[in-house]
Amino acid sequence: MKSVKKSTLFHLIIELTIYAVFVSVYLILVLHFLLDWLKELFTKQREVYAYVAILLMIGQAVGLERLTSSLVHLTRRRTE
Amino acid sequence: MFFPISGVHLDPIYLILIGFIIGTLGGFFGVGGSFLTAPALFAVGLPMNFVVGTDLAHIVGKSIVAARTHRVLGNIDLKLAAIMVIGTIAGSETGVQAIELLKKVADVDLVVGSVSVIVFTGISLFCAWESWMTLRAKARTSWSSCPTLSKKQDSTAIDGFAKAVQRIKLAPTVSLPHSGIASISFWAILFVSFIGGVFSGFLGGGAGYIRMPSMVYLLGIPTHIAVGTDLFEIIISAGYGTVRHAMKGNVDIVIALIMQTGAALGARIGANLTQYFTGPRIRLAFAPLPLLGAIVIALRLLNSHH
Repeated sequence: MKSVKKSTLFHLIIELTIYAVFVSVYLILVLHFLLDWLKELFTKQREVYAYVAILLMIGQAVGLERLTSSLVHLTRRRTE
Repeated sequence: MFFPISGVHLDPIYLILIGFIIGTLGGFFGVGGSFLTAPALFAVGLPMNFVVGTDLAHIVGKSIVAARTHRVLGNIDLKLAAIMVIGTIAGSETGVQAIELLKKVADVDLVVGSVSVIVFTGISLFCAWESWMTLRAKARTSWSSCPTLSKKQDSTAIDGFAKAVQRIKLAPTVSLPHSGIASISFWAILFVSFIGGVFSGFLGGGAGYIRMPSMVYLLGIPTHIAVGTDLFEIIISAGYGTVRHAMKGNVDIVIALIMQTGAALGARIGANLTQYFTGPRIRLAFAPLPLLGAIVIALRLLNSHH
């Protein structure tokens, strides 16, 4: 039981670390390049902005979920 | 960090933290969490119109992550979700129109705030009473200690009510084998989702606080499936709301994207946690949430009238 708890905690820490690294890189690189473009779209082409916004959100959600799932799956396989 | 779309300075770490907390609650209870996100964003200076739209955008992302996890756990009834989307969108439009009408005749903030406090308090007290009664009944019959029964097998203290709704054979009727329902009127599902949609349009947010308990108590859907299906349905209804709000200039997508990075992690954790709890325990843990929302709104109403 103790080892199961330890292993779960270990996987949670790995997942948290992956997220932290991803979020940092994401904030520094991607948003830095997107910010001005999105602001211009928001001001000049509101309809295009609306569709780009929802696509970005869906894309990020699916991407984040897939990335972490596959990485956690990989780390679990290696530790088992 | 400066956000040029909404023109405010916000700390990204704060946004990620808020996203994480709301994401965990959303993944576990199948709610959007607007009653907590809205005051948290408003408190740091985001204008109210951006609060509503940006919150909806972040709900879409969070619900995608949580719903994918619930799908793996077998907690989504796709047929039920597809029917509910129709009622939710129609109800949401009705709620928005009701707000527009109300603007002409009354103090919208006071009316919406008062309705919210009454509805949230009612849901909270009812969920607490019902889940407590169910847990007591289960303890007496030693159901919870039976190892052969799954955590997903569910019942409520007012099971008879859902059974009565299922006996209404108003055509067309549909079967929901994934939820263990042999036959239920299409109109009953549409009615429940429509009411949820009206609250969503009228009070803002995804209205999971009313839809999730309605699915359990009125339609007889097991709690785990109600949580997963509600999240799946929220993706579509909140997505529709996001596009509409974005066109009106109410969405700062950069803020929503940053919040979603925290929410994605929380949603996965919350959705996975449902495996370890029975339906009545999830409902009992859910009970304080609407009450918390009612307290936040009541405080805001009191402050604005002083």
